[in-house]
Amino acid sequence: MTALGSTYAPRVGGSRQLAGTGTLLRLALRRDRVMMPVWIAVVALMVLSMPGSLKSVYGTAAERADVMHSMNTNSSMRAMYGPVFDDSLGALTAWRIGTFAAVFAAVLSLLIVVRHTRDEEESGRQELVSSAMVGRRAPLTAALLTALVANGVLALLIAGGLASQGGAGALAFGLAIGGAGMVFATMAAIVAQFTESARLARGLTSAVLGIAFVLRAAGDSGTDGGSSPLTWISPIGWVENVRAFAGERWWVLLLFVAAVAAQGVVAYRLAGRRDIGMSFLPSRPGPAEGRLGSAGALAWRLQRGSVLGWSIGFLAAGVVFGGMTEGAADLVGDNQNTIDIIERMGGQSGITNAFLATMVGMLGMVAALYVVQAVLRLQGEETSQRAEPVLAAAVGRLTWAGGHLVIAFGGAALIMVLGGLGLALGYGHDAGPILGACLVQLPAVWTLGGVAVLLHGVASRWAVGAWGVAGAALLLGWIGPALKVPQSVMDLSPFGHLPKLPGGEMQWTPVLVLTALAAVFVGAGLAGLRRRDVTG
Amino acid sequence: MTKAITVSGLHKSFGRTHALDGLDLDVESGEVHGFLGPNGAGKSTTIRVLLGLLRADSGAVQMLGRDPWADAVELHRKVAYVPGDVTLWRNLSGGEVIDLYGRLRGGLDTKRRADLLERFELDPTKKGRTYSKGNRQKVALVAAFAASDVDLLILDEPTSGLDPLMEEVFQSYVEEAARERGQTVLLSSHILSEVEELCDRVSIIRKGATVETGSLAQLRHLTRTSITAELAGAAHGLAELPGVHDLDVQGHRVKLQVDTDKLDAVLRALTASGVRSLTSTPPTLEELFLRHYQEDTADTGGAAAPESAVTR
Repeated sequence: MTALGSTYAPRVGGSRQLAGTGTLLRLALRRDRVMMPVWIAVVALMVLSMPGSLKSVYGTAAERADVMHSMNTNSSMRAMYGPVFDDSLGALTAWRIGTFAAVFAAVLSLLIVVRHTRDEEESGRQELVSSAMVGRRAPLTAALLTALVANGVLALLIAGGLASQGGAGALAFGLAIGGAGMVFATMAAIVAQFTESARLARGLTSAVLGIAFVLRAAGDSGTDGGSSPLTWISPIGWVENVRAFAGERWWVLLLFVAAVAAQGVVAYRLAGRRDIGMSFLPSRPGPAEGRLGSAGALAWRLQRGSVLGWSIGFLAAGVVFGGMTEGAADLVGDNQNTIDIIERMGGQSGITNAFLATMVGMLGMVAALYVVQAVLRLQGEETSQRAEPVLAAAVGRLTWAGGHLVIAFGGAALIMVLGGLGLALGYGHDAGPILGACLVQLPAVWTLGGVAVLLHGVASRWAVGAWGVAGAALLLGWIGPALKVPQSVMDLSPFGHLPKLPGGEMQWTPVLVLTALAAVFVGAGLAGLRRRDVTG
Repeated sequence: MTKAITVSGLHKSFGRTHALDGLDLDVESGEVHGFLGPNGAGKSTTIRVLLGLLRADSGAVQMLGRDPWADAVELHRKVAYVPGDVTLWRNLSGGEVIDLYGRLRGGLDTKRRADLLERFELDPTKKGRTYSKGNRQKVALVAAFAASDVDLLILDEPTSGLDPLMEEVFQSYVEEAARERGQTVLLSSHILSEVEELCDRVSIIRKGATVETGSLAQLRHLTRTSITAELAGAAHGLAELPGVHDLDVQGHRVKLQVDTDKLDAVLRALTASGVRSLTSTPPTLEELFLRHYQEDTADTGGAAAPESAVTR
């Protein structure tokens, strides 16, 4: 036996498949040492500050019961935040911030997983890592463990921080948020097996997240109590159905566990069947001769897939939201008290217009994410050193940037129009006012795009800060109104200045001022781009 | 003769790093100019200033008689550039990229393009992500050599990743570009045989400044010849002769190195003692380059040397 000890047969399966996981996990945590804590801290702070903020606005139980009632009878509010299950501060917190926190945990998780799996393979770094004592399953395991650490810390912070509102509710809420994060971590792990491009993996997983959000919104706008099947097939919908602080339904947490386990198994199966760096979608040969003849054509070629994806997404989301509009008005009809309120607000058309305006605003804020990512393609081209040889040809910097900016700013207009068309199609009438309302969002969208251009042109190292600015605008627009945040703070977001359309009065001043502001940002950014060194 | 590139006193720093520290570079029209230096010496930074991608902190830079920063776009019609590390768009085929660069530079000679694809054995239908490093390099090389209306080729370590056969193909195209089409070539390279084969003149830079420039013949003149001799009698006065290095006398055996232009005096001194046998190793470029490349380590090594002598 001892003589055989020095020879060894390669073990199939077993722990060697995971060799090096610990080291890779430490590497991942080291690489994410800034991004992860900042992200977790922002989400946790948002959640933990919620009870205090809500208390200052709805101090008495009567006020809270009142807001619960009016929110539950308002379908556009239900579409955005889901139903309220109890009038305690804890339950109101879970209602107001639950969807938001779950979406952010999901985005953080999908970014982490793609970054440490497909990104590594695409860049070729994985090859070098895997040539060392690293098991076949170690990279995926390390990526999922990193996501687990992030979601675990977030869940603990939420559970600990909200414990004063009720320990059980806080624990259930924290676990639900972390669970939603892990569902999308494992989802990203599956998607990353199919695409060779990390960008596409992130885009497709985000699209799944978007679908989950729209399904939950559609479900909740039609029914109260989160009982719609549409809500139940969305992992984002499970978060509200845990009913934290309102007679917790612990068994709903099992849905997260089951989904994570099932998706994890699929991801590992797929990962075990393919070669490193490859995907299941084989790459086909391209044309031997190209027709691309200008920097603009190249920009379009690089971004057209993304524009197409966003276009389909906006059209589809518009149709779904539009289809919910009639039901929104019907449902309130049952409640005499609400009918009175609605009639004071302008009757039946008041409620549908308010609903449409909320949906248009939501599309606008999401379009801001489109414009930021499209502008930051410039940054990506530059840091990957693909911009360098293009700029070394007879292409001016403004021409090079211009192509991408036309797609970013024009594309924003395109997807808003498509979103509006979808809304009008789903609703069945009022196409003109709805399209107009969508176009009115554009100056705010463009302003945030302008911030991205400015940062890229003047301080390219900080260009990712544009995500922070867009995220902050989203945050203000999403949770600001119910907290009665001071107008001076709300005014920081460009969306806060826009007239509420359809239904409201058109105001040209903010629209024109924001358009001018966007133009100034773009101009200043381009001026900076002409002056600075090309990085790479 | 007109100058294709003139650079004098070029400075460029990134934060506290001084990448270029008074660099000079002169490239005549129609010549193949070797641009050499150890890693991190500032070759690529210089090239990026020449391409108008970086803005010079100070110093005068002219390329084809124009300012590379102010006239970047106009200049680039006349310039083809091959980076040392070619990154392609993953979803574009090699052929598409070649034609794109051709159009962006103002024209592609389709006959030469077909020729190049054949000689470099490059499949233009493959997508960017499926090319190996050498093949990515070929994509950029084909685009540069097929450019129809270019006066200046700037090649930054263009053959890294090419196999020896392809290296030969590359050399034949550089020859053709310079000799038949009169294009100027600035070639940054670490492959000395390639430099020796192709370059009319070379510039060697170190720590962001030019340390040597001239034709290969002139540079050879600056190298040292090593001599081993067995003498009939004792050697006299070798140590006092100018240009003698690493003198090692053991009885009648003498080993030394001498600056090639001081060779004559050494030979006289040796024959004065009577020469029984003599081996002389001619200077190689390698020695010259290594001497310049190693001065970095020699500078820092100087302080450490006595310490190691003590421990021994």
